[in-house]
Amino acid sequence: MTARIGVVTFPGSLDDRDTQRAIRLAGAEPVALWHKDKDLKQVDAVVLPGGFSYGDYLRAGAISRFSPVMETVIEQARAGLPVLGICNGFQLLTEAHLLPGAMLGNDHLHFICRDQKLRVENAETAWTGDYTAGQEIHIPLKNMDGRYVADEYTLDELEAEGRVVFRYLVRGEAAEGYGNPNGSLRDIAGITNEAGNVVGLMPHPEHAVEPLIGTGRTDGLPFFTSILKKLVTA
Amino acid sequence: MSRTPLDTVEHAAATPDVELPWAELGLKKDEYERIVEILGRRPTGAELAMYSVMWSEHCSYKSSKVHLRQFGEKAPENDVLLVGIGENAGVVDVGQGYAVTFKVESHNHPSYVEPYQGAATGVGGIVRDIIAMGARPVAVVDPLRFGAADHPDTKRVLPGVVAGIGGYGNCLGLPNIGGEVVFDACYQGNPLVNAGCIGVMRHEDIHLAKASGAGNKVILYGARTGGDGIGGASILASETFDDAKPSKRPAVQVGDPFQEKLLIECTLEAFREKLVVGIQDLGAAGLSCATSELASNGSGGMRVTLDDVPLRDSTLSPEEILMSESQERMCAVVEPEKVDRFLEICEKWDVIATVIGEVTDGDRLEIYWHGGKIVDVDPRTVAHEGPVYERPYARPEWQDTLQADDAGKLPRPRTSEELRDQVLKLVASPNQASKKWITQQYDHFVQGNTVLAMPEDSGMIRIDEETGLGVAIATDGNGRYAKLDPYTGAQLALAEAYRNVATTGAKPLAVSDCLNFGSPEDPAVMWQFVEAVRGLADGCQQLGTPVTGGNVSLYNQTGEAAIHPTPVVAVLGVIDDVSRRTPAAFQEEGQLLYLLGDTREEFGGSAWSQVVHDHLGGLPPKVDLERERLLAEILISASRDGMIDSAHDLSDGGLIQAVVESALLGGKGARLVVPDGLDAFTFLLSESAGRAIVAVPRSEEVRFNDMCGARGLPVTRIGVVDGDTIEVQGEFELSLEELREAHEATIPALLA
Repeated sequence: MTARIGVVTFPGSLDDRDTQRAIRLAGAEPVALWHKDKDLKQVDAVVLPGGFSYGDYLRAGAISRFSPVMETVIEQARAGLPVLGICNGFQLLTEAHLLPGAMLGNDHLHFICRDQKLRVENAETAWTGDYTAGQEIHIPLKNMDGRYVADEYTLDELEAEGRVVFRYLVRGEAAEGYGNPNGSLRDIAGITNEAGNVVGLMPHPEHAVEPLIGTGRTDGLPFFTSILKKLVTA
Repeated sequence: MSRTPLDTVEHAAATPDVELPWAELGLKKDEYERIVEILGRRPTGAELAMYSVMWSEHCSYKSSKVHLRQFGEKAPENDVLLVGIGENAGVVDVGQGYAVTFKVESHNHPSYVEPYQGAATGVGGIVRDIIAMGARPVAVVDPLRFGAADHPDTKRVLPGVVAGIGGYGNCLGLPNIGGEVVFDACYQGNPLVNAGCIGVMRHEDIHLAKASGAGNKVILYGARTGGDGIGGASILASETFDDAKPSKRPAVQVGDPFQEKLLIECTLEAFREKLVVGIQDLGAAGLSCATSELASNGSGGMRVTLDDVPLRDSTLSPEEILMSESQERMCAVVEPEKVDRFLEICEKWDVIATVIGEVTDGDRLEIYWHGGKIVDVDPRTVAHEGPVYERPYARPEWQDTLQADDAGKLPRPRTSEELRDQVLKLVASPNQASKKWITQQYDHFVQGNTVLAMPEDSGMIRIDEETGLGVAIATDGNGRYAKLDPYTGAQLALAEAYRNVATTGAKPLAVSDCLNFGSPEDPAVMWQFVEAVRGLADGCQQLGTPVTGGNVSLYNQTGEAAIHPTPVVAVLGVIDDVSRRTPAAFQEEGQLLYLLGDTREEFGGSAWSQVVHDHLGGLPPKVDLERERLLAEILISASRDGMIDSAHDLSDGGLIQAVVESALLGGKGARLVVPDGLDAFTFLLSESAGRAIVAVPRSEEVRFNDMCGARGLPVTRIGVVDGDTIEVQGEFELSLEELREAHEATIPALLA
């Protein structure tokens, strides 16, 4: 039996189907979850996908954080359920206080869509086991509000505890996807909680799972194979 | 505040002498008299509101209709079209049971007035057209034209338009995979913001805009109706009925992409459960258009209670409700026993849905307000029997002078160094420069099916994950060519889009167009329009690609100065297996570069003549559609059989522009040799049509040459993919670094 991974659809979610496809390609079973339904259908892990839930009106993730499904997600995440938040999902995780910090508008004030170079800083989380620490990967990035901020104390704590999971690679040519794309503090692209079961990041691993599609790279697939491996061997 | 008496049908019949503000609503005297004749009495205010918007140029195509007929009359004989011109969008058979619908529309004027919202609602409108056919939208494209790149107003218009397209399209989850950005002073006060969308469905899921079956319910769903987008209705409401009321509401609509996203999901879910008999989106002319079109396309009549329309502003008059262009609304016709389920789905998606009327036995469209009948018309007279004009047209006198001003006489570079400098200037010019600063504001990854996106020759989307079936789309237009010769210019736009689709390995199937011109009341502009339509219709007939529908945008002019005639052509193609697609980027060093097609001394309307000499004159490049067809066949075969690893179409900027783009995309340079019989300048910068460059792996060289030879396509070996420079032997060498800086810095420097 394979692992069942839930993907929540909020009104305004956009990458829910793509995420389901990525889960399927990794060999797990995707399960559609609905924002109005508290029932997580006994899934083994949950992905909060990208998009503009509730139009990102008010603040990205600020409204969907109060969806019925989030009550259960928050409760079970605290009890160890693996949760991955991608882009809007990451914004949502900070709004739900499952991850520290907050997301502001990109420093250049434009939406940005490009293939982004990242360094994996932590390969110990539930979602990054198939990477190696220090590995450099290319993952598409697309957001309006991607600037990660937190107070100095929190940032120091994240660094000290190894909870920065991905960093934007800043050296090299912008044309090849290097550089901090949104003004995130300390070039942070993704973080995890103390337990390592909850991970949020701005780039979109679900858009890098097939050699022919998008940028033609598959650097995002290990997210989904990592969690599958962890769940079936657990 | 009283609004007495209500202008009912009865009241109108009893008060024949009441003067209505038909002129303020944009109707001509004879048009108003025709309405009186149709009704046998004066229209009510509400009826006048409906006729005035539906008989406007925008909705009725009254100036263009007689010419557009050619697209049907000259349609090539084939069975690729499942639904033709006249519906919300045409539908094309792409095989394996799939049908694709696509269309390009303009939102030019609103985008000049309010760039962000104008462009955003342009995307919203075209996407609703596509869902109204029963299709899931899978991609958008945006052909854009602005005034001079360094004009201060361009810095107001362009960033707003780009942000609006991104802000709306990104939020809908539609990948933006193509389009163009062109600068020319002729578009200074009249930017062209065209928006295209592609949708996919199974054959059996095609839905049409018609209301049939007496007793079926008419459901309005989506956003509440507000006072936005009402131009003329305010005049009618305030001057006729209520002088105390504030008038002149904003005429540009405001978009809410989140609402549209919900509308898409809920409509598709209703389609999946087969709950919909007929459907129409509310765009231009709002409810007036939706009710009259649904009713006139169906078998019966329709009765609507306007009091049931959910309002954002309770003070709206019935005329304003009928004319409102509030966005994100749709109208569905649903059988009575399926209404509950339909409403349930709307509720699931938090979409407001209300039964506002029903289909009747008769043939009248009747609309009620506060118990009184305020509209009683034959819907066909509103929707389809508007005025038709045979506008006078005449070839302008200046056309000869323009064509005689031959670009071939312009001074050419005399030394290799001068040639090098001009090449560098050209690739850095706003029209030839990289548009990455713009395109990276659009999401092109969402939905996870994007195979190719700009700056590739065409955008390509996978539509079946199992079989790899995909569709490609390219949009092209060149106003400079069309100004020199509108007939040829339209065919060049068609040829380029057709070639772009084939360059990526897809087979061109069908055409949609967006025809942007100045005022039809100017005989010279009308002549340009007539010529362009004739050119396009003839071209489509010859290439075997039917026109599935499109859009006409007239009055793109400020005072006497019209824009260049700008027919924008979109070609849709199909590819059996997207893994065979051909990208533009050079893939591997050592691969051989071939030039396909003939190069002549053709510089009329060229990028070189514009950038180096600020000149527009002479004749555009010659068109040979049989050659285009042969070239396309070769490109498709070569892609299918794995004979080429990259290909790029040659168009504005000529061969050197294409080589620079392919080199920068692949991060690999090239060594070029000027072929015998050509001088370096013509080789690098001529814009002869019907050409492409391909990179051939050495192992395929013989096979590829044999194929071209056997089919009679001229093919010339021009060099090899190599190194980190572009070297034109005996002339000059430019490093990729220097080229990248020149090519990519221009747009951000002007606009960021």
